[in-house]
Amino acid sequence: MGNHGGLEGGIGVKQSIIHWFKYASPQSFYPLAGRMIPWFWAAAAVFGIAGLWISFFVAPTDAQQGEGYRIIFVHVPASWMSMFIYLVMAFWAGLGLALNTRVSGMMAQALAPTGALMAALSLWTGAFWGKPMWGTWWVWDARLTSELILFFLYLGFMALQAAIDDPRRADKAGAILALVGVVNIPIIYFSVKWWNTLHQGSTINLNKAPSMAQTMLWGMLLMALGFWMYSIAVALTRVRAIILERERHTEWVKHALE
Amino acid sequence: MKPRQKRIALIAGGLASLALAAMLALNALDSNIALYVTPSEVAAGKAPQGKAFRIGGLVKEGTVKRDNMTVHFVVTDTAKDIPVAYTGILPDLFKEGKGAVIQGKLGGDGIFAATEVLAKHDENYMPPEAQHAVDQVKKAQAK
Repeated sequence: MGNHGGLEGGIGVKQSIIHWFKYASPQSFYPLAGRMIPWFWAAAAVFGIAGLWISFFVAPTDAQQGEGYRIIFVHVPASWMSMFIYLVMAFWAGLGLALNTRVSGMMAQALAPTGALMAALSLWTGAFWGKPMWGTWWVWDARLTSELILFFLYLGFMALQAAIDDPRRADKAGAILALVGVVNIPIIYFSVKWWNTLHQGSTINLNKAPSMAQTMLWGMLLMALGFWMYSIAVALTRVRAIILERERHTEWVKHALE
Repeated sequence: MKPRQKRIALIAGGLASLALAAMLALNALDSNIALYVTPSEVAAGKAPQGKAFRIGGLVKEGTVKRDNMTVHFVVTDTAKDIPVAYTGILPDLFKEGKGAVIQGKLGGDGIFAATEVLAKHDENYMPPEAQHAVDQVKKAQAK
């Protein structure tokens, strides 16, 4: 491992706690993020290519929907990511609010655009799928409407943060909005269970076997992994830019950019 | 309490009360969030009177009849049936025995005059051979 102490094994508990907090400082998180990014890009490429290959060439045609169902391989991973990124974003925002750690707010800010992209992708691919299968681009059912609200929550978070000049105050205001919005995530997830919706129920459930052919499932899970890796790589790249911007007056940034 | 603990307690309390408020609101809105009512609910008088609404259910086997541009079929939730008349283009997935969500008004003659028919598919994805096998089993069980 590198010469950064935090990555070496065999250290006592007390010491390792200190090392974890070390990465809460922008100065030491910046190079760590930089070292991780290429690995996540590589993993995103591997999983993405494998997932797309299975999606297009290996997974069988669907009995009901023919070839059109293949949009699921983008739609479902994007929808999952849009919900999961929101939870992670709210987690960092809440952590920053509670502990006043600086990198937390920056992580939340870095995740928002990717989350918004995933929500948009989910709505867009959903519309493209809905038209041929259901017969409509859009319907105001609980699943679609709550996902649209999620998209607006991301946009609202980004707008609120951008509207406040002082980054620490922007983080706090954004964090409160992010935490309030968490209520929407279980609503999206359970909407198809709680209410009558045009959107069908979940194919992948925690408490029963997935109602999907094996190869289709593999394609979808690989694509989801690819989306994960992409999201992490992009968020880390973005957080590095945010660190540089916010810490531009410090000595270490001046050194780092030399 | 230290200021940090106080902040954490405030955030946790805020989130808990928010979750409760959301739960109560959703509970109160329950029937308004539903996209459609079922034929049984229509029979029980739960459908809006004289207004357009959506009914959802299965297209009953053997009831789809075409009469020029108008399609007649029966939508069912296996307990109650509602006859539907619709003039227009049906989605590809519209089939007997499959789900549909139909928007329109209930006429005085008891026939639901549809303005839009949407297909509701299920959450199962499988190749045609597997579907064929499932159908065979169902047929065998029905006998």
